[in-house]
Amino acid sequence: MDRSALALSFRLGAFTVLLLLPIGVALGRWLAFTRLRGKGGAEVALSLPLVLPPTVLGYYLLLAFGGGSALGRGFEAIFGHTLAFSFEGLLAASVIANLPFAIQPMQRSFEGIAPEIREAAACSGLSPWQVLGRIDLPLAWPGIAGGLVLAFAHTLGEFGVVLMVGGSIPGETRTASIVIYDRVQAFDTAGAGAMSALLLVLSIVALGVVQLLSSRVGRRHG
Amino acid sequence: MKIRRALACLLLAGLLPPGSRAAGPNPAAGASPIVAAAADVRFALDEIVARFQAETRKNIRISYGSSGELTRQIEQGAPFEMFLAADESYVFRLADAGRTRDRGTLYAIGRLAIFVPRGSALRADAELRDLRAALAEGRIVRFAIANPEHAPYGRAAEQVLRSQGLWEPLQPFLVLGENASQAAQFASAGPAQGGLIPWSLALAPAVSALGESALLPEAMHEPLRQRMVLLKSAGKDASAFYAYLQQPAARDILKRFGFLLPDETP
Repeated sequence: MDRSALALSFRLGAFTVLLLLPIGVALGRWLAFTRLRGKGGAEVALSLPLVLPPTVLGYYLLLAFGGGSALGRGFEAIFGHTLAFSFEGLLAASVIANLPFAIQPMQRSFEGIAPEIREAAACSGLSPWQVLGRIDLPLAWPGIAGGLVLAFAHTLGEFGVVLMVGGSIPGETRTASIVIYDRVQAFDTAGAGAMSALLLVLSIVALGVVQLLSSRVGRRHG
Repeated sequence: MKIRRALACLLLAGLLPPGSRAAGPNPAAGASPIVAAAADVRFALDEIVARFQAETRKNIRISYGSSGELTRQIEQGAPFEMFLAADESYVFRLADAGRTRDRGTLYAIGRLAIFVPRGSALRADAELRDLRAALAEGRIVRFAIANPEHAPYGRAAEQVLRSQGLWEPLQPFLVLGENASQAAQFASAGPAQGGLIPWSLALAPAVSALGESALLPEAMHEPLRQRMVLLKSAGKDASAFYAYLQQPAARDILKRFGFLLPDETP
């Protein structure tokens, strides 16, 4: 089994989740409570990675990351290597591809908070930050955690975007799911089988955790 | 509570593993060089790398793909230090774009073979006689080649089939691999009755165990002049590996995998 690829996938998943925690909470909470007109449009835009073929996302990210774009050139000037075909590029792609997986469960659980509680909090003179810390996060945490678990599991399985943006560079961008593809082409069925079985188990565990978390939400509000 | 702890573990598992140089400034710094190699040299190169590592204690990382795809990645800034193409035109294209040290060295001439998996309705013969007969008798459901658009062995396969007048009749049955080794994998498994694959892959034990093959005459297609080159970013280790590939030990391995070796000409 290719341990370095597995470690890479876990590292990618962990960093993705770390970045998505603040982004997801901010956006999910905003979507849950805002009454702005633009909300529908924002929801559609943030859900796009759910339905977009990964190759389409990969193609645009490749354009954005490549040496032909200002972003790509700027990154190269600062860090000395391109954003495409690097871990940082994969991470950026992974965060974008996982936005809906993290945001949607978070938004649902923020929406599940009874408005009276938040109103009471506001009446008692709590600042918005205090509302976040004392009301929203304690009540919505199962949804937040669920979103992060989904994003983590999805990162382990991401293939199309990774292959397009990252290539298949050992130790840099060859993740666990790319290894399966590579092992099959190397006629190494044992290697492909072992990695596949492991990812299957991890996916089942992730779904189990999400199930557990959502049953917590159900109990609280049911 | 248990859930929270499990989540924390999940996160830590990702953060801790050895060599967590994830966000380091330059991933290539100090790490072993990354070599881009055409898929047809896969098994031969794995063996050469193993020997090189044993002899020099230096590590080499390889990313296999089709020559066209790897060229695109190099043009887009992928961190490769060396490139082994299945066709020299890709090396020249990169050289003309100023991405290489020089115009490289010819390291092998590739050959094409017909491969049929065990139990196939098709026989492997060098004149493709049974392929023609099978086509007429409807024995072919799927026939694998590499994608001619970006895989040199796919282009050679197209030339072979065209020269034999089989290209048009085979159209509905063709299945295209992304690169030569995926074509070999398609040809050896699943519903395909066979395919045209690199002789170097057909000779590899992992593949030859799955069926039989026949080497096609050289004259059926343009020669697959496989050229390698050091890219501008190449370091000492990549240069050492480049030189090693031209040594007798490496040449013997290439020969064993069915490659013709170029005379010492560049």
